[in-house]
Amino acid sequence: MNSVFDLVWVVIGLPLAGFLLHAFFGKRLGKKAVGTVGTAVVLGAFALSVYLLAELLKLPADQQKVTSTLWRWIEAGSFRVAFEALVDPLSLLMALIVTGVGGLIHLYSTGYMAEDEDYPRFFTYMNLFIVFMLTLVLSNNLLMMFVGWEGVGLCSYLLIGFWYKEKVNTDSANKAFIVNRIGDWGFTLAVLLAFWTFGTLSFAGEGNMFQKAVEMKQAGLLSPGVITAIALLLFVGATGKSAQFPLYMWLPDAMAGPTPVSALIHAATMVTAGVVMVTRCHVLFELAPVAMLVVAVIGVFTAIFAATIALAQTDIKRVLAYSTVSQLGYMFLGCGVGAFASGMFHVTTHAFFKALLFLGSGSVILALHHEQDMRRMGGLAKYLPITYWTMLAGWLAIAGIPPLAGFFSKDEILSAAFGTHVLPVSIGQILWAVGLVTALLTAFYMTRLMGLTFWGEPRWAEAHAHHGKDDAHGHSGQPRESPPSMTVPLMILAVLSVVGGFIGGFAPLHIPNRFGRFLEPSAGLQVLGEEAVGHLPVSTEWLLVWASVLAAVLGLWFGWARYRAGLPESERELSGIRKVLYHQYYYDWLMVKGIGLWLGGKIAFWMWQFVDGRLIDGFVNGIAGLTGWVGNSLRRVQTGYVRNYAFTILIGAMILLIWLLVRGASAGLAR
Amino acid sequence: METTTPGLLTLLIFLPLAGALILLVVPRENKQAIRWFTLAVTALVFVLSLRLALGFNSASAGMQFREFALWMPQFGIHYHLGIDGISLWLVLLTTFLSVLAVAFSWVVEERVKEYMFFMLLLETGMLGVFCALDLVLFYVFWEAMLVPMYFLIGMWGGERRIYAAIKFFLFTFFGSVLMLVAIVALYYLHRDITGMATFDLLKIQQALANSPLDLNVQLWLFAAFALAFAIKVPMFPFHTWLPDAHVEAPTAGSVILAGVLLKMGTYGFLRFCLPLFPDASQVSAPLMLTLAVVGIIYGAIVAAVQPDVKKLVAYSSVSHLGFVMLGLFALNAQGLTGSILQQVNHGISTGALFLLVGMIYERRHTRLIAELGGLKRVMPVYAAFFLLVMLSSVGLPSTNGFVGEFLTLLGGFSASVPLTVIAASGVILAAVYLLWMFQRVFYGEPSAKNAHLPDLNLREIAILVSIVVLIFWIGLYPSTFTDAMRASVENLIRQVQGDAGAAWLAQMGETVRTVTIH
Repeated sequence: MNSVFDLVWVVIGLPLAGFLLHAFFGKRLGKKAVGTVGTAVVLGAFALSVYLLAELLKLPADQQKVTSTLWRWIEAGSFRVAFEALVDPLSLLMALIVTGVGGLIHLYSTGYMAEDEDYPRFFTYMNLFIVFMLTLVLSNNLLMMFVGWEGVGLCSYLLIGFWYKEKVNTDSANKAFIVNRIGDWGFTLAVLLAFWTFGTLSFAGEGNMFQKAVEMKQAGLLSPGVITAIALLLFVGATGKSAQFPLYMWLPDAMAGPTPVSALIHAATMVTAGVVMVTRCHVLFELAPVAMLVVAVIGVFTAIFAATIALAQTDIKRVLAYSTVSQLGYMFLGCGVGAFASGMFHVTTHAFFKALLFLGSGSVILALHHEQDMRRMGGLAKYLPITYWTMLAGWLAIAGIPPLAGFFSKDEILSAAFGTHVLPVSIGQILWAVGLVTALLTAFYMTRLMGLTFWGEPRWAEAHAHHGKDDAHGHSGQPRESPPSMTVPLMILAVLSVVGGFIGGFAPLHIPNRFGRFLEPSAGLQVLGEEAVGHLPVSTEWLLVWASVLAAVLGLWFGWARYRAGLPESERELSGIRKVLYHQYYYDWLMVKGIGLWLGGKIAFWMWQFVDGRLIDGFVNGIAGLTGWVGNSLRRVQTGYVRNYAFTILIGAMILLIWLLVRGASAGLAR
Repeated sequence: METTTPGLLTLLIFLPLAGALILLVVPRENKQAIRWFTLAVTALVFVLSLRLALGFNSASAGMQFREFALWMPQFGIHYHLGIDGISLWLVLLTTFLSVLAVAFSWVVEERVKEYMFFMLLLETGMLGVFCALDLVLFYVFWEAMLVPMYFLIGMWGGERRIYAAIKFFLFTFFGSVLMLVAIVALYYLHRDITGMATFDLLKIQQALANSPLDLNVQLWLFAAFALAFAIKVPMFPFHTWLPDAHVEAPTAGSVILAGVLLKMGTYGFLRFCLPLFPDASQVSAPLMLTLAVVGIIYGAIVAAVQPDVKKLVAYSSVSHLGFVMLGLFALNAQGLTGSILQQVNHGISTGALFLLVGMIYERRHTRLIAELGGLKRVMPVYAAFFLLVMLSSVGLPSTNGFVGEFLTLLGGFSASVPLTVIAASGVILAAVYLLWMFQRVFYGEPSAKNAHLPDLNLREIAILVSIVVLIFWIGLYPSTFTDAMRASVENLIRQVQGDAGAAWLAQMGETVRTVTIH
């Protein structure tokens, strides 16, 4: 302790104080106070993070890893883990995203949730989420990271099921928690194996895990099987939290939560935790090439898999959910090909434009009185001008149109895949091609979303008018633009979605990558060396850029052609391939309903009724019956009172004891 | 051996008994007086027991607060008490849960006098078990505590209480008879080795350490002790008495049963099986680990389909105790520390779950999940406490459950990787059965029968607050508890591992150093 960086605990402490305040006094404080305090503590944490970043950047690059210990935590034998924070570029980047974007979303929530009776409870959970998310990104060891990791999962669970009276919401909440726990099983095993391999779990400081790993590798003491297992088990954890195949299926259902939750937790921050964790542990991945390949392949497969599913969704938030799954796939592709900083770059830009898109959709949903089906939207551009114009920025950003934010980060990942030397070059090029097709699909389904929502003729009038009569909002007729508390965050995020990409660089124009250099102390390759990422000739770089732009433009163009007038007649009903896509290729149905509920239920009942009931108890009762029969025929004493048996047995035992003692004593005397 | 005047441990053990005897002269109509008196006695015992924690010397692995008096010297039976880092927290858990159990039992209206009498008797028995250092003394307490528990189930229990009480009694008694035989055998063996007749645990331990028993003999004796303890824990497949006993027992009975009585089994392994029969312990470790992991998975799966909340919690105990046994037979520092801590955790969390189930039962007179629902809206304070306790039971990091489970897994991993890989999936299943139950009980709209239930009263809130404090204390700063265990755990490992084990530990340290130097 005793350095300016100990203030990092205040960064976590501020939202913690907010959480405690709301939890105990939320109802008494009233909505206005809760909303104000809830937002202020997060923005305060943001300001403090900015200050810490300024302080950190004053240090030379090789010293930009500062730790601060709060207290010792779990200790047993040689195992020692403390609550210890790590302040470095990666942790502060994430702290800034979490508190910055998080602060805007808190502000937005004061408007979005204004009518909700459980307003204090909402901010209680939201502040708690910030606490755990900061714990996750600021921790200096795997186990404390796991505290944040499962903590954000808890908040996700609580917020998905926030409107708990509807069963579908709480079903989704359970699904999220349980599927995440499957991933956490992998995380836990990774922690165990890492400890027994390295003897430590810490990220930085004297004798840290990564240093140990490299030393063991150099000394030939590191078995490739073990390091690959550690990396893959960590990645199992990442597939849970970051919704990658095969554990992605909780995220679309998580949209049952209030929309600010979808924006904050299920788009901008929590779901990127897997990418952050993999980046944090990049040394371990560098030592395990097979694991890198798996990360890249799962990433790109999830990207295209989810993008195809997004094509057929009718719920505006589910489109964005699958889009998030798909974009997370890109981030893992970046990690898998060794471009960890590029993966984090996409985490950053994605936080801007996906939070924007979700908040925009929330504005639409609120204006239409909680209508989420895009088939009953349309023509909203002129009623919700701010929402519309800001969402346009998000749309072009995610589609990858230069010079918006998404273009730069996506392009970096794709060109890294194309030029990687971590994997065989041909594999890298296949990954690039799949990523490129995904980019086209992304531009297409996002254009569909914009078209169905904002363009063409209104399809909401009927339902809306009907709804409007006895509506609590008291206004009928036309949808109205949201209040400033909601539109201001939209505008800020729109600006970030437009210019956010400039924090990076642009290789074709020889603009150095400032973002990558900033992250260098945290995410720079240590084992593979920079040449592994591969530096392409400028001509190739240009080619890749044009390919990306072409894919985006084609996607937009196809989308524009099909959806500029709103909903095509053929999409009113689900049929054919669209039905298969809509149902996620029936994968979710098979895993959850089939294997999870049906098969699992059968097994559990069989165990209970047959193994416990018939087998074990049958055996025991048989013995008891036999004993009883013997006892009866011997003694013919049956009073019918259990306590008599009990006392008889007790007294019998005492007599036996005394007899043995006497016998023993006399034997002793005789000797 | 020195003879000491009655000390703190004697006071703790016999204060409840004295209270029980005083209760006998209180007129049975004075229910309120009886309740307050019993609460005062248990509270006093708890406060006094805190002095054990405060005066405990963490650096010492030996027995502390020792007391010794001649009892039946002609048989080598003595009144010998003491605690170490293994029993310290179990003693405190007992005194703590006794207070809560009595505080909850305000709701008992029938035969209050007898009820409280048995509660106090039970506390004497339990404390005696954890403090006794003489095998016969231990056995007397062990059996003595069966009787009040038997009556608590049989007289204040549910519909099938007689069946459950008999089942409970016969299962545990079957095991203890075998244990008795083993105790007597130990007596003779010790006499053969040293020529001295004694039931003193420390002396027998010393003698067996100096001239170890033949592995075959060890295995027989281990089996006799282990069966008694495994039934008590209970380990799969000896667990079927537990759900019945829990469902029929009154709430306070379940709290004590789960919180303390089951720990007598795990404590028995730690205190007797491991140090007395080190080779047998090592040989049978794979079997015990396997049964532990089967218990983790089996208990969790069966818990998921229980229609009765209480039975669900009972089966979850089977699963949680599996973690305790996994850590225990990992036979290393992490596993043993985790195992002891998890015993305390289970007492707190599962005890709390039974209290919570009892609270709803008092209001609604049902424990069927299907009959409940929508309670979050009706009883928000109750729901909040239930959530916190559930999270501890699920093993969420920052709660006590995580620290214990993690350490047992950490220890287990170095003993058997495949078994630990399976055991770790028990954490997924815990989320399945608890969250699903929570959803059905608390979420949704309340039915007419549930719509007007009163939320918790101050007495209930006070009980639960004390539990929640412990949940986060152990979860965030477990060192308070694990520091006191360290010396005793290291000592136990030395006893089990012997010289070979010490050499192995040294070698591990060397490996770590070598790696560091490179």
